[in-house]
Amino acid sequence: MLQSIHSIPIEYYLILSSVLFSIGVLGVMIRRNAIVVLMCIELMLNAINLLLVAFSTYLGDGHGQVFVFFIMVVAAAEATIGLSILVLIYRNTKGVDIHQLDHLKH
Amino acid sequence: MQQIIPLIPALPLLGFLLNGLVGKKMGKNVVGALGTSVVAASFLLTIGLFATLLGNPEPLQNNLFTWLQVGSLQVEFGFLVDRLSVWMMLIITGVGTLIHLYSIGYMHEDEGFHKFFAYLNLFIFSMLLLVMGNNFLMMFFGWEGVGLCSYLLIGFWYTKRDYADAARKAFIMNRIGDLGLLLGIFLIFQQFGSIAYADVFENAGLVDTASIGLITLLLFVGAMGKSAQIPLYTWLPDAMAGPTPVSALIHAATMVTAGVYLVVRASALYELAPETLAVIAWIGLATSIFAALIGLGQNDIKKVLAYSTVSQLGLMFVAAGVGAYGSAMFHLTTHAFFKALLFLGAGSVIHAMSGEQDIRRMGGLRKTLGTTHWTFLFGTLAIIGIFPFAGFFSKDELLAKIFEHSPLMWALTLFSAALTVVYMVRMYTLTFWGNFRGSKHQAEHLHESPSVMTIPLMVLAALSLTSGFLNLPAFTHAQWFSGYLTPLLGEAVHTMSVSTEIVLMGIAFMVAVGLGFWAWKHYQKPEQVPAEDEAISGFAKLSGNKFYVDELYNAVFIRPIEWFSRLLYTIVDAKVIDGLVNGLATLVSQLGFGLRQMQSGKIGTYLFLMVAGLVLLLLFNVIW
Repeated sequence: MLQSIHSIPIEYYLILSSVLFSIGVLGVMIRRNAIVVLMCIELMLNAINLLLVAFSTYLGDGHGQVFVFFIMVVAAAEATIGLSILVLIYRNTKGVDIHQLDHLKH
Repeated sequence: MQQIIPLIPALPLLGFLLNGLVGKKMGKNVVGALGTSVVAASFLLTIGLFATLLGNPEPLQNNLFTWLQVGSLQVEFGFLVDRLSVWMMLIITGVGTLIHLYSIGYMHEDEGFHKFFAYLNLFIFSMLLLVMGNNFLMMFFGWEGVGLCSYLLIGFWYTKRDYADAARKAFIMNRIGDLGLLLGIFLIFQQFGSIAYADVFENAGLVDTASIGLITLLLFVGAMGKSAQIPLYTWLPDAMAGPTPVSALIHAATMVTAGVYLVVRASALYELAPETLAVIAWIGLATSIFAALIGLGQNDIKKVLAYSTVSQLGLMFVAAGVGAYGSAMFHLTTHAFFKALLFLGAGSVIHAMSGEQDIRRMGGLRKTLGTTHWTFLFGTLAIIGIFPFAGFFSKDELLAKIFEHSPLMWALTLFSAALTVVYMVRMYTLTFWGNFRGSKHQAEHLHESPSVMTIPLMVLAALSLTSGFLNLPAFTHAQWFSGYLTPLLGEAVHTMSVSTEIVLMGIAFMVAVGLGFWAWKHYQKPEQVPAEDEAISGFAKLSGNKFYVDELYNAVFIRPIEWFSRLLYTIVDAKVIDGLVNGLATLVSQLGFGLRQMQSGKIGTYLFLMVAGLVLLLLFNVIW
């Protein structure tokens, strides 16, 4: 199993991870739907996770995988809070368009 | 004896503090008594020092503390009392006491009574520091102090615009001179590495003559301002705006002689700079004649005396300029007595005339003002040089010294002395002889001054009569005053034969008596009373208008400076500096306005900016 992983060069993981991360970044910047924005954030986090796992395996160091667990937990918590805020926003504004949310100034 | 030295200036300072801080509550009698007695006490202490120095001419020193220590400059707050300074101190505190006493009567009705005495005490303190210091900085401190007091007292009735202007004029003209003095002191420090008298005068020979010439010239510029010499003399006549005792004390007897004191004090330097001495002599001579010519045409009793003071100071500088420092000091002394007397007498006249100062409105006052008239006559006889009054001896000694130096200068000085005779007798006659020309109201109120005012007059009159005997003509070999100053100034040299001296003295005396008698007769005629300002013409108009020197200064200096200031104001200040400051403020506010637009409150924008910032940071990291 390790060998099959090692047969895939590390660069591939890097490229895939970068592509996923960039998609996430662009999604956060471009999309207006708050749910999609949250999903894009998850995408960025998972791109990082993938990178950590890949390096951990290649270097034979388990620390990286421990980090991934942490990130997953934090991401789950963040998604929970984010979605609950979103529900409240929806109740107040009848929408989830982040461009409509301009009350932070006040 | 050393221990009492600091007390002498400290007492007037105490008087100043008490009168200045709590004078209003103390009542006029206490203020007057206190102000006078501190000066009198200083006078008594000074007499003690004087007696010591008479026995032993060794200077007394007292260093209180180190005043300044910066790099190699160390200045002691130290006193040097030698025969020269103790003589000045005697004049300052002695005449000062009399004038304080007189002021009790003269200023009695004034609201600012305590303020007046506070200023007078402060003046005595500053003037004492000026003559008692043992270094140039102490002298400069006193020099500025008396300048300040002069300003405060000229503008004592500051609610009158003219008076306040006169005070400012005096202060500003003095500043011009002070700048010269200050530069001179800087140069002394640069050349000698010290500003203590002892270091400077002992090493005077070690410095190159060009520097000495420059130093002495700069010091003399200071003297020019303080002692009202051409071209900085115009402030002194205007300074007559102050109360009359001030004119007597500051602008006749003491402060204006500070310049002469400075030259005599620094005579060790001046001896090495013959060019500067020549400049001093000629400037003194020009001032003396010019001021006397103006004095001829003045109709304000105090203005005549003011120009007379300028003229007499000029004579002292001529004497100093020909190297006769002792004669300059002698004339300074007698002048202090008779000019203070004349001013106080004029004050008594003004007091009696309900504030009138124009001699065209006076006349015949000898009948009502007996004491004032007699004392004033003594002062007049002294200043014009009638035997045996003080001016006769001091002026003749001066004339003899000048003749030894240059007969041409002697002739010019004699001319100046002759003018003095005419304008002084003119003023005296117009004031005290002929018929009364004032208003009916003034005639009814004519009265002799109270004795607190006449006693100082009598004391000064006695001094004007006797002080000449301090130094009899050289051929008598009874020159006490020259001998007194010998330890400081060296033995006086007499190359003149007895007959020459007697002839010179005879000429001067004949001129004084002849012209004096003529002027006395001449100005008693009713048609010789000066015409009103509009009706005069020719020389009288020229002289009456002070040869338009003020107008000249106005056109040459003041107007261009005002024009330049306005230029600086409208262009440099209003446009450049204000523009710069306002521009910066506008820039910041505009920038803030722009940046404020980013704070929209929209989450989308924030997210975008956050990511964009992150990307920029990464890019920056890669490029770096």
